Amino acid sequence: MDARRTDVLPDVTPTRSSGRPALALGLTLVGLAVLIAAPLFVYPVFLMKILCFALFAAAFNLLVGYVGLLSFGHAAFFGGAAYASAHALKVWGWPPEAGILFGALVGAGLGLAMGFFAIRRQGIYFSMITLALAQMVFFVCLQAPFTGGEDGIQNVPRGHLLGGFVDLSSNLNLYYVVLGITAFGLFAVWRIVRSPFGTILEAIRENEPRAVSLGYRVERYKLGAFVMSAGLAGLAGGTKALVFQLATLTDVAWQMSGEVILMTLLGGIGTFAGPVVGAALVAALEHYFATSSFPVTIITGLVFMACVLLFRRGIVGEIQHRWRR
Amino acid sequence: MTTVFGVPLQALLGQVLLGLINGSFYAMLSLGLAVIFGLLRVINFAHGAQYMLGAFVAWFLLEQLGIGYWWALLIAPLVVAALAVVIERAALSKLYGLDPLYGLLFTFGLALVIEGLFRWQFGAAGQPYATPDELVGAKNLGFMVLPIYRGFVVVASLAICLAVWLLIERTKFGAYLRAATEDRTLVQVFGVNVPRLLTLTYALGAGLAALAGVLAAPVYQVSPLMGSNLIIIVFAVVVVGGMGSIGGAILTGYALGVLEGLTKVFYPPASSIVIFVVMAVVLLVRPAGLFGREG
Repeated sequence: MDARRTDVLPDVTPTRSSGRPALALGLTLVGLAVLIAAPLFVYPVFLMKILCFALFAAAFNLLVGYVGLLSFGHAAFFGGAAYASAHALKVWGWPPEAGILFGALVGAGLGLAMGFFAIRRQGIYFSMITLALAQMVFFVCLQAPFTGGEDGIQNVPRGHLLGGFVDLSSNLNLYYVVLGITAFGLFAVWRIVRSPFGTILEAIRENEPRAVSLGYRVERYKLGAFVMSAGLAGLAGGTKALVFQLATLTDVAWQMSGEVILMTLLGGIGTFAGPVVGAALVAALEHYFATSSFPVTIITGLVFMACVLLFRRGIVGEIQHRWRR
Repeated sequence: MTTVFGVPLQALLGQVLLGLINGSFYAMLSLGLAVIFGLLRVINFAHGAQYMLGAFVAWFLLEQLGIGYWWALLIAPLVVAALAVVIERAALSKLYGLDPLYGLLFTFGLALVIEGLFRWQFGAAGQPYATPDELVGAKNLGFMVLPIYRGFVVVASLAICLAVWLLIERTKFGAYLRAATEDRTLVQVFGVNVPRLLTLTYALGAGLAALAGVLAAPVYQVSPLMGSNLIIIVFAVVVVGGMGSIGGAILTGYALGVLEGLTKVFYPPASSIVIFVVMAVVLLVRPAGLFGREG
């Protein structure tokens, strides 16, 4: 039944152009201005957490929203990159920009390896395969000597950017660096989606057999999208390791894969701003419950169920839908 | 002492037995997943949580009400199946026309809630569940010592798998179920109450998971996370076997359990990933799974 299945997430069909480019640009600029001013009012580390998750969710959305492939294993790229960056920064003493770049490359490399197997199946099987392969990465991280087992890699030095010019031990300095990285990542997603490559991805999502019959090597496009998504998720993971000076098993566990799905689903699958909104909400939710003994998974699980049953377009998707009517 | 490839026969057989026991649970759980998926087109992520619920119901019956193992084998699956009926009627049935991924996401959220509630109430640590008196002790088979309960688990799970296979292949309910899997609309036209069939099938799968949970309670500790650790491996088992065939799901479950046990003997660090490696190899050679139908 897989080959005939073309109804990928049918009622959340995203559109590439909002029809109002001036409005979209205006909203983006306002959002950027708010983010530049935000550390004056909100604790920068919390903001950086939101930015890392926003980039992570946007990377995940590139795959589910525009190719229709729901990966249940994105924690492998996020967490794998966090370990790689933390190791490069702490043990090899690399400067922060090189460490984060290394994390992104490791994420992309893991994506290439996992994607090679996972794109052989579609739909629900793709999700199960990515989940299983990511669990394999988790067990490797649990046992490998360089990850520090249950303790993880702690006290990762933040270092100095641009050869000692910018001191990143200051939260405010680091915040603007992280904002720059996230803005770059989001712009990359936007560019990919609107490129000819992105158009073909969308064609594959809408009707894969037709894309094949038009002569496209769809598996190459899917693998390309998978690697890009994994690389950007790795960029987010490496940045996260620098911000919290920590890489642990939490980053690579299946719960993290579930969390990024929730952020994207809550914000709106296939919308540009959705993952950012979802990441902010989920991070705020977790921050709120961090000190209580009440397990936050109960709330996230309920939000999951509510999203699937009641508003599958997500918050941003729902707003866009009503706006257009 | 007899050795095989430099490993004492005793140790080898011990790990094969452990592998068979793990395989019993893989088989029972992947069987339930395959039955549910075949008809409902839903990957039941809550399967692990339902397995955990079964074990906890058994534990609760013993600790709070003094009701023993044998009654728990009957009561726990019924309780969990009743819960499954409510879930299917109230929520899952609303998702049938949609992309199957929504069913996966919904049951994932459900699993998070159930496990979160139990972790909140009971903590992450496990609760011991005593082996029933009739099955305590061990039997010396000459070549190895067999703990009676472990032997019982293997035999019982084989019997359960056989019973489910007979139910699906040899009864009227099973015939309806298979027919509806092929063409739901046509079966409905013939006057079969398909929505009720869907509900019963989900309850059957969930009850099967709970039954596996009761069997597991004396072997492993009863803990809130016992299901989620297992379910991902079972997903890999399902990908290896392919969900097209009931017999295939059962056979793959046992085979991969034994393979895992053997890996523990010959190269322990790889034992936690060997099933995933097999999955990757199968995807290269036969993407539809060993017993799956292509297309």
